[in-house]
Amino acid sequence: MSLAEPVVKAKRAVDHNDVILRVRGLKKYFPIYAGFIIQRQVGAVRAVDGLDFDVYRGETLGLVGESGCGKSTTGRTILQLYKPTEGVVEFEGRDLTKLSPGDMRQMRKQMQIIFQDPFASLNPRMTVGNIISEPLQIHGLYPDKKERQGYVEQLMQRVGLNPYFINRYPHEFSGGQRQRIGIARALALQPKFIVCDEPISALDVSIQAQVVNLLEDLQQELGLTYLFIAHDLSMVRHICNRVAVMYLGKIVEMGPTDEVYDNPQHPYTQALLSAVPQHPNSRQRRQRIIVKGDIPSPANPPRGCNFNTRCPVSFSLCYRDPDPELVEIGQGHWVACHRVTP
Amino acid sequence: MATAATPVANLEVVEEKRTSESLFRQALRRLRRDRLTLVAMFVLFIIGMLSVLAPNIQAALGVSYTRTNVTAAFLPPCIPFLGVGPAECDPRHILGTDDLGRDHLVRLLYGGRISLSIALAAAIISIVIGVGLGMVTGYFGGIVDDFVVWLITTLNSIPSLFLLLIVSAVIITNPNFSGTFLSGPFALVLILGFLGWTGTARLVRGETLSIREREYILGARAMGASSGRIMLIHILPNLISVVVITLALDIGSLILVEAGLSFLGLGVKAPEPSWGNMLSQAQTYFNKGPHLVVFPGLFIFLTVLCLYVIGDGIRDAFDPTQKD
Repeated sequence: MSLAEPVVKAKRAVDHNDVILRVRGLKKYFPIYAGFIIQRQVGAVRAVDGLDFDVYRGETLGLVGESGCGKSTTGRTILQLYKPTEGVVEFEGRDLTKLSPGDMRQMRKQMQIIFQDPFASLNPRMTVGNIISEPLQIHGLYPDKKERQGYVEQLMQRVGLNPYFINRYPHEFSGGQRQRIGIARALALQPKFIVCDEPISALDVSIQAQVVNLLEDLQQELGLTYLFIAHDLSMVRHICNRVAVMYLGKIVEMGPTDEVYDNPQHPYTQALLSAVPQHPNSRQRRQRIIVKGDIPSPANPPRGCNFNTRCPVSFSLCYRDPDPELVEIGQGHWVACHRVTP
Repeated sequence: MATAATPVANLEVVEEKRTSESLFRQALRRLRRDRLTLVAMFVLFIIGMLSVLAPNIQAALGVSYTRTNVTAAFLPPCIPFLGVGPAECDPRHILGTDDLGRDHLVRLLYGGRISLSIALAAAIISIVIGVGLGMVTGYFGGIVDDFVVWLITTLNSIPSLFLLLIVSAVIITNPNFSGTFLSGPFALVLILGFLGWTGTARLVRGETLSIREREYILGARAMGASSGRIMLIHILPNLISVVVITLALDIGSLILVEAGLSFLGLGVKAPEPSWGNMLSQAQTYFNKGPHLVVFPGLFIFLTVLCLYVIGDGIRDAFDPTQKD
């Protein structure tokens, strides 16, 4: 299977009335301090600058965008690993931002994260067995040591690791195997929702497909919901039901994957998709859209539309009016652009 | 996979299941194979045992570490040494005698008791304070961190010898404390321990700052781990290398600091010997009795060297990424 022209699998039907995660007005600003002796805040990096989206139960929502656009921060802020500056994160109707630390700890059983770097995300001084059973120990599950080990071995088997390596250390494994350890750890608490923070970006292409297939199988089997953060657009098309494109801390376009890929409306999405390599024999020839310049600093976003410094189709309104809001232009297809009107 | 036969069962035959092995057990197993560290441990053990058995050795040889005998001063050691043959020595005084005719060997061993126990106790105090403060401040940051960093910088900006002199002058020579535990070597332990933690704390804080940002810490928080658990399970084990090396270096340098203080008259007081005060008193007689300088120096040198080697070996033994 060529990754450039993915064969889209039949995806599971998702009930769009069953919202597992509701995010409204989510902002995460990292303050910038300056000053000698007396420190004062002189500004803020607006890593996430007002996100509104829903995640439906059982679906995979892709979050794409270039480096530094706030994808990872979004995932971590949703899980309350970073304290949000503003906004609401409702998981099954409960606002996580207002939970007490104790209640939040209980909620963590239901939501987990898989990290990008399988080398940094495992403690080098813990055995695989200890790594995978740590969440169980934290939450006091499987207090019996024998039973716990049995469960851990079962988990290892499920993610494709030989349980006989239970007493090995992470450095004895390859990148793909380590990522499987990370997945097993995330699954240990039987969560409903997993943030996959670029889980395949650090892996060899040959291993990527294996890990993606594992994630898909687990989703089928356990009814998991994924927020899949990635920058590999072909992979996102393959795995995601819906996709949200981020630029400078905001969502510029969101909709069902096929709709966004076949009918991109925002100039940034169009540019991103035109950068996906095409098979040389492909029948349709695509116009390559080159975006000029660099992504502006999130500490100092441009006046008007965030994208106006690089947009190939910007006009007077884009410099005068504030950043455009997301508007629905089709069935679940949202775009934030002055050029696009419903 | 052509055959659907249980692949795990096949692997079972090839790969023998490893017995559950804790980090500590694994470290012990590795240490047993590390010859250099074993030799250093053996040498240090011998020095320690000789010091512990000093009273017995003194009795066996029929000498005394305090009784002076001016007629038998500056006897040479009974081993070929700097051109002085064993012929001129008294066989009871194996390493000769000092300026007051006291047996040098037995004084060295009694000195070892004092020097080693002061250094060990003070190093443990400073490691406990240093690791605790460094880890907590590095992990939490904020105002407590600012305060501790300020304290460390302030303590470090005062030349340590002067600081030690002032504190020991205030405590050890204070007439109010004479006769209490604060007038003896115990006071020295407290002074050295409570003033020596700054370096360790700074090292540990820096290391904690870097470990804190690793993704596995974020992962632990995502699982719901408490700060205490993160520090104990995820940060402390990764500090082992720093802690072990600092402990070894600290014991070594504390022996030397105690020597310096004793030299200035504020450490262990004569006639009670320590390697430091023996060394400092002997330098006046370097011409008459070179062995009085060489042997305390040799004991300090050997001890510090062994500690470094052992520290190095233990650090490697606790590193799971080391090849077996």
